[in-house]
Amino acid sequence: MSAISATAVAEAPPTPEPAIRAGSGSKVLAWMVVFGGLIYFFTPLVATGQRSFFAIRDTFGFEAYRRILTDPTFIDTFTLSVVNAVLTIVLSLIVIVPTAYWVALKMPRLRSVIEFITLLPFVIPAVVLVFGLLRMYGPPPLSLLNSSTSTRVILICAYAALSFPYMYRAVDNGLRAINIRTLTEAAQSLGATWPTIIWRVIFPNLKVALLSGALLTFAIVIGELTIALYLGQHTFGPYMADLVRNKVSEPAALTVLSFAFTWIAMGIISYLTRRQPSSKKRGKR
Amino acid sequence: MSFLVLDRVRKDFAGKAAVEDFNLEVDAGEFVAFLGPSGCGKTTTLRMIAGFERPTNGRISIGGRDITNARPNERNVGMVFQSYALFPNMTVGQNVGFGLKLKNVAREETHSRVAELLELIHLPDKDDSYPHELSGGQQQRVALARALAIRPQVLLLDEPLSALDAKIRDELRTEIRRIQRQLSITTIYVTHDQEEAMALSDRVVVMSRGVMEQVGPPFQIYNYPETRFVASFVGKLNQISGSVIDAKTVQCDDDRLQTTTPIEESPGTAVNVMVRPEELDLGAGEENQLNGVVESVNFLGAIVRVRITRGEQMITADLFNERLLELPEVGDNVTISFPAHACWVMKAN
Repeated sequence: MSAISATAVAEAPPTPEPAIRAGSGSKVLAWMVVFGGLIYFFTPLVATGQRSFFAIRDTFGFEAYRRILTDPTFIDTFTLSVVNAVLTIVLSLIVIVPTAYWVALKMPRLRSVIEFITLLPFVIPAVVLVFGLLRMYGPPPLSLLNSSTSTRVILICAYAALSFPYMYRAVDNGLRAINIRTLTEAAQSLGATWPTIIWRVIFPNLKVALLSGALLTFAIVIGELTIALYLGQHTFGPYMADLVRNKVSEPAALTVLSFAFTWIAMGIISYLTRRQPSSKKRGKR
Repeated sequence: MSFLVLDRVRKDFAGKAAVEDFNLEVDAGEFVAFLGPSGCGKTTTLRMIAGFERPTNGRISIGGRDITNARPNERNVGMVFQSYALFPNMTVGQNVGFGLKLKNVAREETHSRVAELLELIHLPDKDDSYPHELSGGQQQRVALARALAIRPQVLLLDEPLSALDAKIRDELRTEIRRIQRQLSITTIYVTHDQEEAMALSDRVVVMSRGVMEQVGPPFQIYNYPETRFVASFVGKLNQISGSVIDAKTVQCDDDRLQTTTPIEESPGTAVNVMVRPEELDLGAGEENQLNGVVESVNFLGAIVRVRITRGEQMITADLFNERLLELPEVGDNVTISFPAHACWVMKAN
């Protein structure tokens, strides 16, 4: 019996060796791709950073950052954009969460239709959207672009529409990750009304999804240029465009700040995702 | 007077009946199981009691109150789901206390009720755990406690053990029955597992294609099935073809089989003689006996399953295991026997 086993082992094809060789080759290729990617992504950033730190010729320093952070126009436009972004997020959540929840719960067949509708801002360029807004709301009888308040409302509504693809996707993914039908029915059988279910069962379980959607919306609104420019709003986007046309080091400093801000936001999402109880491993059987 | 009443309840989906003419009266504190294959309408009926589906026709009442059109949150019915459905963002204590909080029960009372229920389900130290930190069996216990917290008039369980391992399923089954008896709560239990239905319930409702086939205690359902579906769905069954000779005798090829249950069909009618595998014995008997060839012998622990071919027919005999049992060999010619009271006759398909 042992002789048969020994023969079988001796005649077995030496498969492990080529496998190892192929593995080391692919490892080298993988590292080359990683290095290529790092160079591609980081070279512009390093160059931008370097430009931002040399606002005064041949002198390393934070002059460009100081100039930006002390510029009253920066503070005004940035504050305005932050407020716009927050209002856009609130509006977007009010529209998207109940819609996505209701569609997922009661009309799952309409999911693809709603998804298509929310994708329209990708298909319609911002410039087309803004001309549509100007034609629709500018002339009488609506004449909503005559006052700065109503123009700002139009701007926020337009931003909410722009955020739909991101917000809907984030919310829909969050809803797919939890069994909303059963959770809803469980809450109903315990005496919960619709607002209670949405507020105390659905919302807390979508925390990470909502945060992702909100941060993406924030990023879009903060830097948005086209719509703000055509609606005559002095937000952060037009300010940055103006800065790029007239300054050298300050736009670079703004870019670095935006980059740092994005990474902090991503870090927050990642941290909260790890802390979310529902994102952890499901219960053992 | 019955506590839960379903009166001529019907539910259509896209014009097709999922449940038809469903009539059932359940007494207070009774445990009733809805048993049937997938798509038989048992879960739809349960969901109509819970209020998640509205009946197309008929009336449902609990404790004399018509709840046919009441919303689910107005029914005071506790529900346990197959997938546990615990709120992932809440701790065990918060899950159990959720319904009480909605009813504006005082904080101290909620605390003591949650503690009492966690004691009842043998998880007193899991108050601060999150659902994902519990095993499936523990999660289902918490789901049961949460459903019981609101002191529901009726407890509904929708295949609550289907997602669990066999061992945990057995343990939890016993727990559910203990708690139900302790609280004397009227319970409806949906399952496709006949053993579960028979082990747990006072009465079983066997359903097929949206229709109630038979209602009765497990013993009656198993031993005195009223329809061919119940006879074949609940337990294993041998169906031996033959033709009626008289009110007590059937001719099956060369053998004559006797039954004590009167045969309603007229002489010459093609029928099946129905007999459970555990009623059969190997060897000659005093009443009915048949000859055949052993096709397989499967040792299953407590029982030994012997399959015997008899012409084109296959007959299964379940023999109770004992140390002195002499097992037949495959290919042996054997005689099997059963008493006349063990079989009954149904018209052939």
